[in-house]
Amino acid sequence: MAGLRVLVGVKRVIDYAVKTQGVKHSLNPFCEIALEEGVRLRERGAAAEVVAVSVGTRVCQETLRTALALGADRGVLVEVGEGAAVGPREAAAALAGLAGRLRPHLVLLGKQAIDDDCNQTGQLLAAMLDWPQGTFASRVEPEGEWVRVQREVDGGLETLRLRLPAVLTADLRLNEPRYATLPNIMKAKKKPLEVVAASEFLGGGSPPAPPRLRVLKLEEPPPRGGGQRVDDVPALLERLRASGCI
Amino acid sequence: MGRGGTGALPPAADCAGAAGPRAGGRAPRGSWAAAMLLSRCPSSSRARQCFHALKLIKRECLPSLHIARCVSTASVPRITTHYTIHPRDKDKRWEGVNMERFAEEADVVIVGAGPAGLSAAIRLKQLAAEHSKEIRVCLVEKASQIGAHTLSGACLEPRSLQELFPDWKERGAPLNTPVTEDKFGILTKKYRIPVPILPGLPMVNHGNYIVRLGHFVSWLGEQAEALGVEVYPGYAAAEVLFHEDGSVKGIATNDVGIQKDGAPKATFERGLELHAKVTVFAEGCHGHLAKQLYKKYNLREKCQPQSYGIGLKELWTIDEKKWKPGRVEHTVGWPLDRHTYGGSFLYHLNEGEPLVALGFVVGLDYQNPYLNPFREFQRWKHHPSVQPTLEGGTRIAYGARALNEGGFQSIPKLTFPGGLLIGCSPGLMNVPKIKGTHTAMKSGMLASEAIFSQLINENLQSKTIGLDVQEYEENLKKSWVWKELYAVRNIRPSCHSILGVYGGMIYTGIFYWILRGMEPWTLKHPGPDFAQLKPAKDCTPIEYPKPDGKISFDLLSSVALSGTNHEHDQPAHLTLKDDSIPVNRNLAVFDGPEQRFCPAGVYEYIPLETGEGSRLQINAQNCVHCKTCDIKDPSQNINWVVPEGGGGPAYNGM
Repeated sequence: MAGLRVLVGVKRVIDYAVKTQGVKHSLNPFCEIALEEGVRLRERGAAAEVVAVSVGTRVCQETLRTALALGADRGVLVEVGEGAAVGPREAAAALAGLAGRLRPHLVLLGKQAIDDDCNQTGQLLAAMLDWPQGTFASRVEPEGEWVRVQREVDGGLETLRLRLPAVLTADLRLNEPRYATLPNIMKAKKKPLEVVAASEFLGGGSPPAPPRLRVLKLEEPPPRGGGQRVDDVPALLERLRASGCI
Repeated sequence: MGRGGTGALPPAADCAGAAGPRAGGRAPRGSWAAAMLLSRCPSSSRARQCFHALKLIKRECLPSLHIARCVSTASVPRITTHYTIHPRDKDKRWEGVNMERFAEEADVVIVGAGPAGLSAAIRLKQLAAEHSKEIRVCLVEKASQIGAHTLSGACLEPRSLQELFPDWKERGAPLNTPVTEDKFGILTKKYRIPVPILPGLPMVNHGNYIVRLGHFVSWLGEQAEALGVEVYPGYAAAEVLFHEDGSVKGIATNDVGIQKDGAPKATFERGLELHAKVTVFAEGCHGHLAKQLYKKYNLREKCQPQSYGIGLKELWTIDEKKWKPGRVEHTVGWPLDRHTYGGSFLYHLNEGEPLVALGFVVGLDYQNPYLNPFREFQRWKHHPSVQPTLEGGTRIAYGARALNEGGFQSIPKLTFPGGLLIGCSPGLMNVPKIKGTHTAMKSGMLASEAIFSQLINENLQSKTIGLDVQEYEENLKKSWVWKELYAVRNIRPSCHSILGVYGGMIYTGIFYWILRGMEPWTLKHPGPDFAQLKPAKDCTPIEYPKPDGKISFDLLSSVALSGTNHEHDQPAHLTLKDDSIPVNRNLAVFDGPEQRFCPAGVYEYIPLETGEGSRLQINAQNCVHCKTCDIKDPSQNINWVVPEGGGGPAYNGM
């Protein structure tokens, strides 16, 4: 089936190189890989349209503009209120609602976001839509009404054949994303970017359900204590016994 | 004398002969001159000259003999792979690669989104709106976000901001900390001697604001975008484009997708050409494109070489009890000796939490190659008058940047066909005030006014395709910027006497405070900074204390706090014109000063695996774009070029 419509989720995260006081945000690297795959599918003729979606506050429009510069045809922002928590469940619910409206054949997501490392949105989304899922994809090949997915699993590589529509999540080795070059950034300004209120998908008008996740504490790992040298193995064993390790 | 002369001749001849062909013609000039002198000095009246020449030979020739022996047959591992040193049209790996570039036309292109560049952009759009004209203004900036590469103390004099946006307060400009207290001291190892700041001295800060310049620049960026300026962060201007008549046509942004070894990646794409009627270069201190423009248009013919300092800075949250919002503190003296220009700053910000901005500046005309500006900064923090403020606090940011110290004497010609220079790029900093932002902004505004009048002049007859906006320089010379810089022109150079920095202070007290710079003479700088370095064997290594991890820190953890990063698989942007010079000259003669003056640990001399000797390793990913290496390399072999856009530090309100 040529002419697939591909929905790609993109998340705005704190840049991976920044240590503290992160103000520099960028497109989640795994989402970039998913987007690159979508764009390559379109360039190969397998897909007809790539729609980039982000769920977040208004500032996520920047991220969508970057996605447009990287090759998406149009962007949709599912806008939440300032301060609203968007965890995997909320993101999946929003994407599910949007999928109901846009009717994509394939949803491509990054396997996880580098800020929370949840690795849940793709799986939750597939469950909500009752679609097959191919997570940790390292190769994607559409075959008519099916898609062949090679997955990176603990034991090696697993190949699945899923009936479309399906949800796939991208792993690192799926592809190497292209650069967002300046001519493309300029072209991206003319591509359509739609803003949709999240309330349409997350609890229709009434205040959305309270977040299921609550951050109790966030702290830096304790500073590394000094190590101690021991002279020989018996001394080591004694130390280990004394500290209760053995 | 003849005997002495003959006695000395064999070494001279040896030296001249050996150093000549074997070291590949890189014999120091001194030895040739010395050899010539010796062969012509028969009479005893020239004895002193001959001995001096002998000394010259000993100093300069013998090391190079040694080098000649060590290096003549050894091959130098290739360090530099950048295409500016190894052109791609001669590189087989680039055969068949499409090198076409797209081009966009704008009215004005501005390189660099700092205070100068943004003020210029804003002013252009303000004028366009006033006159109901449409002009396309494009601004390119190598940082991924506006403000991410901005670093400064900073004490802002709001004069130019007031002119640009009289309603800056209502617009929410982040000037939250008016200066309430101004303190100045001279430090000795244990004590601090307070120096009264009399009204009228350049460092009086009444009416000024302590700002986080990165945030201020971000805010300017928002104002610019709101006015319709096309701002493109994450895209570095890598190349200047020229018309056939030699005038500037515009710039091209960096190519992307080149491997570390210089070969193209699958994702290779050419940069974009931005053509403009006028290109404004606002790259900040020691811009890499400005460096090329100086040469091409001979802009530095009539001015002195620029002199620089390196500024290192940290942000700390401190114990609330020690927090004195609005306080500005400066010191000179310890840990630097009186011949090394430099000093510290410590500003207490007032933005809700107890935050201080502190840092250290070292003049890059220092002579001792063992000097390590980063470690001077770290050890200054332990001074009894400084350490208590920081105790119990947490360091949250670090960064560094070179700054101008040449002042009035070093300002080059500012305009050329198709372009002009604004801000810290040509160098408009008021050195004793340690302020350059207000003059940078004003220069940007004046540039835009001059450009705009040419753009709307329908009867304009330009001799070149790129417009030559000479009125900008003329107007700058008539403005308060020029008067201000002229008045303080002699303060920095007055530090070059035997009294060093204290001579400068005395000079300021006498001549500036009383005469306000009206003395009829203009003192000179001794020469370019890189030439001030003495050979290592003439200097004493400095013993720096180990960082304690609470007040002072090691280099690598500091670099991590700068948030700097670059795409690792790209050619190193610290390019060497000659890969063999670092080991042969910098290490041999100066003990590798780049290991010490780089505030990010980019340069390391690693012992070779084969045993003897070292090689230079360039950790380009650490670079914080301070430009110190390009300035201070005694061999002027390092050429800093722009890396892939978006790389570099991720400063937040520095």
